[in-house]
Amino acid sequence: MVRPTRVTNQIRALRFAAAEMTQAELADRVGTTRQTIIAIEQGRYSPSLEVAFRIAHALGTPLDEVFAYPEEQS
Amino acid sequence: MPFEEKMTWVSVVVGLLVPLTYVAVVLPQLSDTAAAEIAYQPALVISVVASIVLTIAGAIAMAIATAVGAEITGTGSVDDIDRKDERDVQIGRRGDVVSYYVASVGAVAALIITMLEYEHFWIANTLYLSFALAGVVGGIVKLRAYRRGF
Repeated sequence: MVRPTRVTNQIRALRFAAAEMTQAELADRVGTTRQTIIAIEQGRYSPSLEVAFRIAHALGTPLDEVFAYPEEQS
Repeated sequence: MPFEEKMTWVSVVVGLLVPLTYVAVVLPQLSDTAAAEIAYQPALVISVVASIVLTIAGAIAMAIATAVGAEITGTGSVDDIDRKDERDVQIGRRGDVVSYYVASVGAVAALIITMLEYEHFWIANTLYLSFALAGVVGGIVKLRAYRRGF
């Protein structure tokens, strides 16, 4: 399946690093549904900047360590 | 599955079943009755009311099933029932835009057959079925976005 977004993320690894935080716990902290966290982790949904910041805060990590975007080929 | 996705399933299933039942009841009458003489109005009103009632009943049943399921399996929570986040809102808008276009095409079709002075039967049914189709197509767009992402 083609990923609908080019944004990549390290949420899964960072959750485990953050005392094995579950998707449900992260969703509660961020204020989304668990399914949205799953969709973001799998690259099926690109969150708003606000939710991206909330995820980074919940994981105690800078935003650019959670999300990355590939350089444009010129 | 997010509660909003479950609700979309309810509206798509109701949106298919009710209009199909309506068509199955009304359409055969065309074989032996002129369109102008078919009493489609009671069936049409019943269909609209049935759609509303069944959607509400489906929502209640889905909420109960979600709460019971969360209690039994330990996954999810009763709080999921009224939780709606930005992804739900964006998916909802995406489906609504497609619904709007489908309904608009139906409205234009109804306008054309009105100007061509077709019977009220055809005008009313074109409008009803275009709204029904708009709801189902919008729902399918939402379900696709939930499943495949966007």
